[in-house]
Formats: sequence, structure tokens, C-alpha cells
Amino acid sequence: MMKTALKLLLILTVLTGLIYPLVVTGIAQALFPWRANGSRTYHQGMSTGSALIGRHYDKPEYFWGRLSATAGTPYNSASSSGSNYGPHNPLLHSAMEDRREKLLAAGPGNTMPIPMDLLTASASGLDAHISPEAARYQAPRVARLRATTLERVHQLIDQCTEPRQFGIFGEPVVSVVALNGALDGK
Amino acid sequence: MTGHALIEILLYLGVLGALVKPLGRYMEFVYSGRQGCAAERWICRAAGIREDRWMNWREYAAALLMFNAAGFAAVYAILRVQQWLPWNPQAFGGLAPHTAFNIAVSFATNTNWQNYGGESSLGYFAQMAALTVQNFLSAASGMAVLAALARGLAAQRAEAIGNFWVDVVRSTVYILLPLSLLLAVALAGQGVIQNLKPYAQVAGSGQTLPMGPAASQVAIKQLGTNGGGFFNVNSAHPFENPTPLTNFLECLAILLIPASLCYTFGRMVKDTRQGWALLAAMIVIFLPLLFLTVHAEQGNMEGKEARIGTANSALWAVATTAASNGSVNSMHDSYTPLGSLGPLFLMLTGEVVFGGVGSGLYGMVMFVIVAVFLAGLMVGRTPEYLGKKIEAFEMQMASIAILVPAACVLLGTAVAVTAPGGLSGLQDRGAHGFTEILYAFASMGNNNGSAFAGYGANTPLVNYTGGFAMLLARYWVAVPVLAIAGSMAAKPAVPASAGTLPTHTPLFVALLAGVVLIVGLLAFIPALVLGPVVEALK
Repeated sequence: MMKTALKLLLILTVLTGLIYPLVVTGIAQALFPWRANGSRTYHQGMSTGSALIGRHYDKPEYFWGRLSATAGTPYNSASSSGSNYGPHNPLLHSAMEDRREKLLAAGPGNTMPIPMDLLTASASGLDAHISPEAARYQAPRVARLRATTLERVHQLIDQCTEPRQFGIFGEPVVSVVALNGALDGK
Repeated sequence: MTGHALIEILLYLGVLGALVKPLGRYMEFVYSGRQGCAAERWICRAAGIREDRWMNWREYAAALLMFNAAGFAAVYAILRVQQWLPWNPQAFGGLAPHTAFNIAVSFATNTNWQNYGGESSLGYFAQMAALTVQNFLSAASGMAVLAALARGLAAQRAEAIGNFWVDVVRSTVYILLPLSLLLAVALAGQGVIQNLKPYAQVAGSGQTLPMGPAASQVAIKQLGTNGGGFFNVNSAHPFENPTPLTNFLECLAILLIPASLCYTFGRMVKDTRQGWALLAAMIVIFLPLLFLTVHAEQGNMEGKEARIGTANSALWAVATTAASNGSVNSMHDSYTPLGSLGPLFLMLTGEVVFGGVGSGLYGMVMFVIVAVFLAGLMVGRTPEYLGKKIEAFEMQMASIAILVPAACVLLGTAVAVTAPGGLSGLQDRGAHGFTEILYAFASMGNNNGSAFAGYGANTPLVNYTGGFAMLLARYWVAVPVLAIAGSMAAKPAVPASAGTLPTHTPLFVALLAGVVLIVGLLAFIPALVLGPVVEALK
């Protein structure tokens, strides 16, 4: 019986552990090569990252994304991680307070309520998106520092807003990566 | 709850409900052996399996144990020596013995608890040939045991309950592989990566983008109620779950097979009403906890992804813990106390509300046996299920199957909260810290695999304690279930009389759901009070 177990394990390992993933790889590479290889973005031939993976922006003339709790540096895509802070963890509250102060210091006089997604860390630490409200909250700061009009920035936000998929699934979001790219004219 | 969240949840339940019957019917067709496809004959011949030779329950259980033991050994070996294996472009080293032991047990038992970060410790060969394989085979093993139980209940004065090897081959080749192939390609089309390239260095942002064959593994980890992610953060990772559509499909895949198997079971015991009744009992427990969690998580964005949002995160959290899937698209550790109560309780009920593929439903049948026994006590009649008398032997086996996971959870938690090695990994103190440990052992002790990930569980103590909890919870349930299958097969069916309790009525559904809830609460109220309840009252 053990012999049967080993033989069957070997056959099914070849089938599900080699043939199956390699067939999926072949199909994916043939049909969706860009997506299957990580939705990479380039600017003037230089790799700039992935359209799906968030990047760390902390200069005030850029839109900021979610807080990131990845190991070492924020948005460390080699090591995805959430903060995993429980709701009563003091570190959670100090992280939120810290972000609030930074937002207020960079954009003094902004009296809009700060959207929650700007004060909290994403699950992956690599979230490329924020809510449209979170983008609009930052619009006055970005417009002022880039010496452009608020209308122009709002226009860019609208361009980079991804509505609910098929009008049903998920939440409307703004890609911080795409929005900052659009600001830089990339 | 917002109106939009409600629409999405209803859409989810509607699509799931619409698929139960067609897929359930197809799976019954597969297990009946009427399909006669060449692939099965070829595999059986190559492995030396005699398809027509059925096994009694002892042989069936022995085959299950040996097959899973071989799978465990293969995973353990591959993880220990992955530095010498191909497709390891990041040159990850072999894992420590306690880590490899825990992973190997975890994947062979369909738990798929993650004590490792995929992108920072596993090469592609290990992901494919060790983990993806066990994603399929542990799921197929669970489905095989369910098929055997259904045959045992349907048979009369028989000894044989099927051929384990054939059931595994059929589950894998006809059910899991085609569904996974479809889902994997759909996911890759939305941006889930699927390649064998080395990690990409990005000069501009200084990032290292992980690569690998993710879509193929993500598909089966969702469909087979496995849940072990390709990446550390599982389906919260943009490369594992990039769009709201992938989120919907992956979430649908969690409950698809467990729900459909209810219909399969009904067909196999030749009374589909029985299958619908089991599904109804699951839904009765599922829905209130779903709405509680969605409500409690409203506005809590810590540990959640913007594109997924709080409602879809909560829906996933409840689905993944109801089914013994354990994959996550948000960090459960950062849930509000009430928000984490639902997922935690769903695991503690023994993973019978949908539960693992096969294992959830056979666990639910154990509760059915207890429920008809209780009803029999109330009116003073011999309890029956599907025309078979429930006697002392079945009650003993059902009690073992229900009590062993509960004991694993409580004893494992007790060990971890009293030993330095169990406490050292805690991130939070006080009630939340206790919940982290309870959640870890609820997860391993019921073969779920989801985590409060702040708890650094990759310590020898937790890896070994948890590993043994996973083994006990899997096989001290599966073997008694097979014993019941054997003893039921041997019994003649007695015709229903006026005193027979029908097991397809709303009354019985309520009784069954009540038994599941009462057993869960009796075992775990003290633990739940020390954890989430105290935290909620803070």
C-alpha cells in the first residue's frame, strides 16, 4: 500500500506541481505577458516599478499613500506586511497621530476631515491606492507647492480615479502611483 | 452597512447559490465513476491501482494516512534542501527543522497555516512541487473521505466504501485541476503574476519586485480551502489579488466547493433534501456572523487595502474562517474586537459551517449524528439518520470527532500562554495578546490556517505544538468519520415510521444549528470572554 501511495504521489506531483503551473505559466505568458510579469512600468526606458505596487512618497509636493508597515523601509516590496496592531495597541495610535501631524504640518490651514485611509497602514504595506477623498484632501497642498491651480490637480485626480470595477465590485480608488506620475508628466 | 456593501454581498451569495446545484451535480457524477475518462485509467494503471477493488473503512483510512504521510515527507524534504533544487533564483536556503515540520504538517492536513513569508523564504520549486501539490492533494483527501462517508450512509449490509486512490485521482483530475486552471488564467488576466523569473530590481524606486508562479497556486489555495499564500500577506498582496474582480473570484472560490458538496452529498445519499438541509444549517450560522463582522469593521481601514474596502474584507474574513480556508485579504489582527469575534467563533465551531472541502461537511454530519441522538433522547426513541440506526459506536466516534479539535485548541492555547516560547512572539499585551494566541490555536486546531499575524508564531514551541494540534485535528476526525462510514455501510436501512425524526425539515435545521452553536459556546465561552469580549469592553 505504501508503494501505491508513493507512486501516486509522484504521478500527481508531476501533474499538479509541474505540468499544471507550467501550463498556466505558458498560457499567461502568451495571453497576458505584461500582467503575468508584474505589470511593470517604464519611463524613458528605465524601470519605474509596477503599476500594482505602491511606492513610498514623502515629499510634500507629491500625493502620499497609505502608511506602510513593511520591514525596514516603507513600501519594501521584497517583504510584504501589515502592521498587525490590535485596535488598542498604543503603537497604532502613535502611528496615526504622527501621520496626522505630518499632514497638518505639510498642509497648514487644511480644515477638511482627514480620511481614515491616510491615517492607517494597508494590509500588504504595498497598497498603491487611496480613496478619492484622501486624494482631494491632499490636493490644496500639492497645488500650492507645484504652483498650479486646484482645478488642474482635481482634474488629474479625476483622471486617475478608478471607478468600481464594472460599476459593482470594490471601492472607487485613486492610484497614487499613477497620480504622482501624471503630476510629473510621466 | 452601506447599500452598496449589501448589494455586493447579495451578489456574492447569489452567484454562489446559483453554482451549488450544477457543480454539486457534476461532482456526484465524478464520484459515481460513470465518467470513464482515459486520464483516470492511465494514472491508475501507472500507479498500480485496481480501480474496481473497493476498500473497507480500515483499508481506506490506512490509505489516507499513508498518502498524507508520504505527502508530509515530500514537503519536509523539499523545504529542507531547497537550496539545491532548481527554480530558486533568489537562492533561498533550506528551512529550519521546526519551521519545515510545521509547514509540511500544515499543507498535508489542508491547514496551510503560514509561519513563513513566501517571498522572503521559498523558491519556486518548493512553492510548486511541495506546496501547490499538497494544496491539491490535501483537498482531494478531504473530498475522498466525504465521498466514502456518503457511500457508507447510502450502502446496505456492505463492507466496502470506495477506493481511496481512485477518489483522490477523481477529485484532483476532474474537479480541482479544471477549476484551478480556469481560475488561474482568469487571475493572471487581471494581474496576478505567473512566471519563473528572478525578482526584479527597480532602479528608480529602489524596490525589489518579487516574481514567481503565483496565479497557479492562488487558484488552488482558494478552491481547495487551503489558504497558504504565495506571499507573506496572502491575498492582500497586489500581485496575489490585484483588482476587485480578482477579489470577488477568489472569495467565491473559497466557498464554492464546500457549498456545492452539500448538494453532492444529497445526491449520493439519494435524497437531495438532506443536502439542502445541511447547507441551510450552515447558512443560518453564517449570515448573522457575516453581518456582525461587516458592521463591526465599517470604517476600520487599519490592515485593509483601499481597492478592496472594509465590506469586502469582512466578507472574506468570514468566508475564509467559515470554510477552513484561512487565506486573508486583510489583517485580522487589526480587526475590532467584535469584528474578530465572528471569524474566531467560526473556527471554534469545528470548521463545520462550510468548512474545508469535504472535511467541513463530514464534520457537519458528525453534528447531525449528535443532533438526532439528542432528539432521540427527548422522545425516547432510537435515533436514526438516513434510515440507519445511530448506536453507541457512532456516538462515540462522533463525540471524538467533535471533542478532539476543541481539546487541541484549548490545550495548545494553555501550553502557549504558560510557556516563554509561546509568549515571546506576542505583539500586543493583555486581552488582545490572549486573542492572538487563542486565534493561532483555533486556526491550527481546526485546520483553518488564518492568523492574527502579529503573533510571531515561527518559534520551535509554537511550530511543534501547533503541528501536533493540526495532525490530531485532521486525523482524529477523519478516521472516526471513516469508522462511522464503515459501520453505517454494514447496517440495513429501516423504513421510516411515524416516530422517525425527518432530517430535512426547518425544525431539524434549527436543531442542528443549535447543537453546533451550543457545543461551540460550551467549549469556548471562557476563552472568548478572556479574549475578544474583555477587549470589546475596554
